[in-house]
Amino acid sequence: MTNRRRSWKRLYVYLLCISLLGCLCDHFIKTANAAELRGDFSLEGFLFLSNPAWQHQENQSASVAGNVEFFHDLQNNLSFTLEGFYRLDSQDKERTHGDLRLAEFLYYTDNFEITAGFGRVFWGATEFVHLTDIINQTDQVDALDGEEKLGQPMIHFSLPLDACVIEAFALPWFRERTFPGAKGRFRSPLAVDTDAAQYESSSKKYHQDFALRGSTTFADADVGLSYFRGTARDPVLLLSFDKISGSAFLYPYYQQINQTGLDIQLIAGEWLIKGEAYYRTGQSRSYAASTFGFEYTFVGIAGTMMDMGLIGEYVFDDRDNGWLPTIYENDIMGGVRLAINDMASSNILLGLIRDLDSGSTIIGIEASRRLGDSLRLTLDASFFIDMEYSDPAFAMARDDCIKLELVWYW
Amino acid sequence: MILLSTPPRLLLNAITCASLLFTAVLPAHSQTAEEKGLAIATEADQRDDGFGDYTADMSMTLRNKQGRESTRLIRSKTLEVNGDGDKSLSIFDTPRDVKGTAFLSFSHRVGDDEQWLYLPALKRVKRINSRNKSGSFMGSEFAYEDISSQEVEKYSYKHLREEELNGMLCYVGESYPVDQKNSGYTRRITWLDKAEYRLQKVEFYDRKQSHLKTLTVSGYQQYLGKYWRADSMKMINHQTGKSTTLQWTNYTFKTGLTDKDFNSTSLKRIR
Repeated sequence: MTNRRRSWKRLYVYLLCISLLGCLCDHFIKTANAAELRGDFSLEGFLFLSNPAWQHQENQSASVAGNVEFFHDLQNNLSFTLEGFYRLDSQDKERTHGDLRLAEFLYYTDNFEITAGFGRVFWGATEFVHLTDIINQTDQVDALDGEEKLGQPMIHFSLPLDACVIEAFALPWFRERTFPGAKGRFRSPLAVDTDAAQYESSSKKYHQDFALRGSTTFADADVGLSYFRGTARDPVLLLSFDKISGSAFLYPYYQQINQTGLDIQLIAGEWLIKGEAYYRTGQSRSYAASTFGFEYTFVGIAGTMMDMGLIGEYVFDDRDNGWLPTIYENDIMGGVRLAINDMASSNILLGLIRDLDSGSTIIGIEASRRLGDSLRLTLDASFFIDMEYSDPAFAMARDDCIKLELVWYW
Repeated sequence: MILLSTPPRLLLNAITCASLLFTAVLPAHSQTAEEKGLAIATEADQRDDGFGDYTADMSMTLRNKQGRESTRLIRSKTLEVNGDGDKSLSIFDTPRDVKGTAFLSFSHRVGDDEQWLYLPALKRVKRINSRNKSGSFMGSEFAYEDISSQEVEKYSYKHLREEELNGMLCYVGESYPVDQKNSGYTRRITWLDKAEYRLQKVEFYDRKQSHLKTLTVSGYQQYLGKYWRADSMKMINHQTGKSTTLQWTNYTFKTGLTDKDFNSTSLKRIR
């Protein structure tokens, strides 16, 4: 099984290199200024403040990662974009991974737009929890906050009309979620064996998923209504035992779902109001989830150039928590975002997530500034406080950590 | 985007048309200072009518008190909208960590502007509250309200005097933001040259009525035989000693932009 994984990884790297080379050659043969090559390279270190809770986990880790992005204007209204990512992690084999984040052709006219290939799409409005965003799989092992996504094979058709934009997505190939390996932190007591994934559909990862979205702006509101039918991006984690050694492990089980989603960004005077909700069937009983909140910005605080944004949000999720646990059951979230507005674009973000039922609290601090023109330094800290045994985040109770990251953009 | 270079514009309704005729035709002594101020602003706006659309490149250099500098490169696209404020799109090329970030703004003659920010790393379009207009634009000495389209209706006016500035006879007038609650200014004093109604200089007074910033505009060039655009704008903050210089290049008019270049679909394919 591991061999199969490796061969997939190898295939990715090959694909990446070949297409990159092909495009580069193409580029040098053709026009000089219609193409663009850029990327970034980052160093990252984690220091955990407590000894690990689970077997095999480590107290620190380091990694290097890189993104390469290539863009080529093939002709009027037709372009190709490629973005490859690779990370090498000192501890977690699962975190050493690569991905084709983007590899898509884009064709557009005044009346419609179509993309084909590995793409990335974001749906949503709120800051803390992204409920309606479902097209791309989460690269869970790469970032705890779930903001990193895997490239999703798709054909994406957009029709901008006067009053709204209609989009249709055909998703022919499912991407499995990544999970930390045995040596990784931020995981369940038992590591997830992604090679043992099971599917409800007999087509497995080749089930033809599909999605629709309509979005519009009227008055001071941006509203999106979406529908998705296909393979759930969030799997149920089930327990199994190795036939030979008898040791226990978790495996992901991907079910077929229907999800109808709504997202709103609304301006009300000096306030920004945001909300997302969905109704889903297919994983145990049908359920609804919603999150909403506000953002308010104090501009030029205390006679300086600094802006301070306050964010308050609430999430309620009515799912069958025994089948498909979430840490966002009934939680409030608060954030303070300080933009210094200096040359280095320094900013500090302080965030808090508190479960109203259990009292479990997660605090995150993120401070970042540019060094010179092309380096950015980020300091992240996460603290898990009063973690209640029943909370799904309890498994991370000992994962308080500090992370330092330096990114070089070239 | 920018608009300090773009004299305000306005499609006149019947009433303002009539009042303008009066103010233009009748001898000056029958005009109040407020009427004259409005007439001058309206004339400056009208002279830029019909530009259609244009694109331009901007380099924005921030300079601190110690003289240290940092430059951002921004491409801008502007579309004239009949009967309302401009639509504008600004795309950041540097600093490299924000490359591809885009700022979309629909300005309105009356009421709040609509603004969105596109974040390329997340492929996310975020709504922005345009009432935060006094905030710094990208760490510069320009506030959002300085770089957004300067519609005539966003201020009230008062003509002060005529005086010479850099060898040009200028109208000197005061303007007061209509949205007093959210503007960072109580008033602005503007110098417009009498010959071409081009903005030459602006002094900004903050909420405590003290002199906050001075903008100097220079290097005007005429395009399509009609529309004046400046090559350089320098904003000095007198209270902090910091300054920001905008250098404009590659002005191209009538490029064929339409509303469809300023919607959420086109925003997501910005390069």
